[in-house]
Amino acid sequence: MKKDNTFIRLLILFLTFLKIGALTFGGGYAMIPIIEEEVTKKRKWISEIEILDIIAISESTPGPIAVNTATYVGYKVGGIAGSIFATLGLAFPSFAIIFVISFFYKDFMQWKVIQAMFKGLKVGVIILLFSAVLKLKKGVKVNVIGIILFVIALSIMLVFSFINIGFKYLSLCLILLGIVTGLTLTALGKMKEEKK
Amino acid sequence: MIFFELFYTFFLIGLFTFGGGYAMIPMIQEQVVGKGWISESNLTDFIAVSEVTPGPFALNISTFVGNTVGGVFGAICATIGVILPSLIIIIIIAMIMKKFMTNKYVQGALAGVKPIVFALILSTALVLLIKVIFFNGNAIKGDLQFDIRSLTLLIILSSILVIYKKTQKKNLGAIKLLGLSALLGIIIFTI
Repeated sequence: MKKDNTFIRLLILFLTFLKIGALTFGGGYAMIPIIEEEVTKKRKWISEIEILDIIAISESTPGPIAVNTATYVGYKVGGIAGSIFATLGLAFPSFAIIFVISFFYKDFMQWKVIQAMFKGLKVGVIILLFSAVLKLKKGVKVNVIGIILFVIALSIMLVFSFINIGFKYLSLCLILLGIVTGLTLTALGKMKEEKK
Repeated sequence: MIFFELFYTFFLIGLFTFGGGYAMIPMIQEQVVGKGWISESNLTDFIAVSEVTPGPFALNISTFVGNTVGGVFGAICATIGVILPSLIIIIIIAMIMKKFMTNKYVQGALAGVKPIVFALILSTALVLLIKVIFFNGNAIKGDLQFDIRSLTLLIILSSILVIYKKTQKKNLGAIKLLGLSALLGIIIFTI
């Protein structure tokens, strides 16, 4: 009897996140209100206060925000199996939809109209990236160390692109630089003004 | 082996992505274009498709790249790769570190990472802009191919965005923006 309950719980988790995955566009932040609605109001799995903590943790741990949130909620509801079911549910629609699209993609690209459409989309993506930068800017606290890190990372990225050095681990190294700098300064007690 | 390569590549990308979707674009670019899996220009197309289809951007782009490089099994490997770091890290946090967010080292590391992520996205946007306007979407080398149509579209779209924000008091959503750029693209690039 108990086994059945567990199974049904996992199935509902899978289906709930399948729905969330199928109904949201763009991921991450776009997904948060829908996750909140499903998880706190409809299913009442998690309190409204707790979900805010979960989202905050998901935003600041490695990995896509949507995947992190699904994993966390899944774990709270059904342990490790729950986290796996929730994440797989979330991934399933992406997988199925993109899989179908990639079948047609090559043939589609032969058409002049589609080529023109994608040229337009490229410009759209550029604007999206710039607006993502503007949105991020609001959340960043300005301090000397932050500015130095920002300038270093930006200069290195731009120089590498312009002289065409293809280094596959460039952004990864820069992120590591950020982590190491942050940790070192904390250990030295220089990050205290960062709190609050 | 290509499947292990895919898994490992997307595992790394998942592990070093902070702040979701856009933050992973520079890394995907370096890895996927660097390994010769997909051309720079195709990847930008993929990014647009991943953005306008349902589901988290990160999962869409992983499936797309995985499928192009290694078929269904490739797509599965890439998706599992990008998910696995989240699964492991979040489960550990949920299990043992309840005070995770208030830990001063976590705060310190995040304070260091944020400006870097900010710079990564900004540089990706700048470089992509230059590539599209001056190099026909390809890498920055060789002859200049100034693209007046892309520049025109960029100006039109930016103006629409600004006007929308001024009049509607909110940002134009990503889907609407991309829908608009697709439509205007068809008009501008076919005449």
